[in-house]
Amino acid sequence: MSTTITTGADATPRPAARPTRPDRKQRWSRRAPLLPALVFAIVVTQVPFLFTVYLSTQSWNALRPGSREFTGLANYATVLSDDRLRAALVNTVVLTASSVLVSVLLGLGLALLLDRKFPGRGIVRTLLITPFLVMPMAVALLWKHAIYNPSYGLINGIFGGNTDWVSQYPMVSVVAALVWQWTPFMMLIILAGLQGQSLETLEAARVDGAGPWQTFTRITLPYLRPYLELGALLGSIYLVQTFDAVFTITQGGPGRATTNLPYEIYLTTFRKFEYGEAAAAGVVVVIGTILVATFALRVISSLFRMEDAR
Amino acid sequence: MTRTANPARRGAGLTGAVWTVLAWLAGLLFFLPVLWMVLTGFKREVDAASNPPSWFFTPVLDGYRQVFDRDLMPYLLNSLMASVISTLLVLVLATPAAYALSIRPVARWRDVLFFFISTKMLPVVAALLPVYLLVQNLGMLDNVWTLIVLYTAMNLPIAVWMMRSFLLEVPTALIEAAAMDGASLPVTIRRILLPIVAPGLAATALICFIFSWNEFFLAVNLTATRAGTSPIFLVGFITSEGLFLARLCAAATIVSLPVVLAGWIAQKQLVRGLSMGAVK
Repeated sequence: MSTTITTGADATPRPAARPTRPDRKQRWSRRAPLLPALVFAIVVTQVPFLFTVYLSTQSWNALRPGSREFTGLANYATVLSDDRLRAALVNTVVLTASSVLVSVLLGLGLALLLDRKFPGRGIVRTLLITPFLVMPMAVALLWKHAIYNPSYGLINGIFGGNTDWVSQYPMVSVVAALVWQWTPFMMLIILAGLQGQSLETLEAARVDGAGPWQTFTRITLPYLRPYLELGALLGSIYLVQTFDAVFTITQGGPGRATTNLPYEIYLTTFRKFEYGEAAAAGVVVVIGTILVATFALRVISSLFRMEDAR
Repeated sequence: MTRTANPARRGAGLTGAVWTVLAWLAGLLFFLPVLWMVLTGFKREVDAASNPPSWFFTPVLDGYRQVFDRDLMPYLLNSLMASVISTLLVLVLATPAAYALSIRPVARWRDVLFFFISTKMLPVVAALLPVYLLVQNLGMLDNVWTLIVLYTAMNLPIAVWMMRSFLLEVPTALIEAAAMDGASLPVTIRRILLPIVAPGLAATALICFIFSWNEFFLAVNLTATRAGTSPIFLVGFITSEGLFLARLCAAATIVSLPVVLAGWIAQKQLVRGLSMGAVK
């Protein structure tokens, strides 16, 4: 097992800060505990992508047996000139950005409300985190049928009217359900940040005559920035892959109004069986992700204080 | 998370009361859909579909009875098996790896750490087709073990990051002292490391369990009737004709319950887990 990744890990032994370079045997004894996890991660997550790249060069519709042949980059031309993928990209950005933004703002508000002592604080916090714990598929079904339904849904039941929320405001419907589920996540992270804030600083600000609003914008908000960024980043990692809510609440519709990239590629694969095109779309999405992720990783490394290991 | 007497932020007088009321209202508003789900599960189908909504009704167990009549148990067991076994596998793989990235680090630990987290950013959907074809070739479609392997890979990066953050809290002096006393590695691990990181292991396990239990995308594409997990069971409840809301809500309540209870009990560990150890 150990030989499989020698080249990668061994290529440039860093000029170590240690006085003497650990000998070969010692380096391998350090590496040994890491190898099973590393090899497993490489095999399960990287190998499929290589296979995707190969498939993307094939003209292959699974509904037409024997249709498989090498077509070079033709699938990429199809995919990149296709409006559907571009629309799905726009929808993905809109969906991710709006759900992250709104849930961070709401989470910030809730965290501020909870950052003081009041009767029943523990209960309120428990109530607030519950939406995040409910199974996402249950959330999607609940919102679609029990809340948005025009004839017996909770919204029309309380406020009257017979608005068909899902078909009239499809994107808002999906985002609202996601925001409801992700706001508690943001609140928990921001609240943890708030509670680490030094009371002396706040006290000093008050002594200096700063009002509550000034204290909030000048001291609390800058202090919270890493927590807000962390919440937004982790939220984006999950929300950009949203599938359950789209699959259940709108099926990507009406038309393609809420079809995001995961749902679009899913349709290409398992509804149209255009394997080659689906693979090419997958590769394009991965390249896009790598570009975004390079930036995200930089943010992560500044957020997690990367304490030097011993 | 809990903080003792904090006069600076203790609400005073009328303003304090207003904030308290606001906080309670917000909490109840966020909880309302969950409450509605639980209530609806105890209604008769006709009451569930009434407009205006009925808040007071005689609770019945019809919905729950139908859920169990439809063979919920195999799906729950599949979910349980996939979540528990994948969580155990993740811990077995991630803990030594985290050790090799913190206490006794390999040369390029930083790169390895970022490699793990980068796999979390790659879109699952791009791997769906090759994974599907591979699994099909191996004759492993509709098999719980397929999900177990994939869920292990899905949660491994989170667990490595979390366990590393917990291991970094073990005082170096303690490990050195053990080495001075001639303690062997297994003894050091059992006597010193494990007791300190046990809460961390629990938090990591909780997070991995939640994510596997709730996973839908891979389950819906790679399983059918034999290995279907609980979210798959839920989707099967939607029919185009007839009323189904009460039994759907009953089913949704049952399948959500394990994670909701676990999360309620382990609220403190939840924050640290969700932030992959960054927020303590």
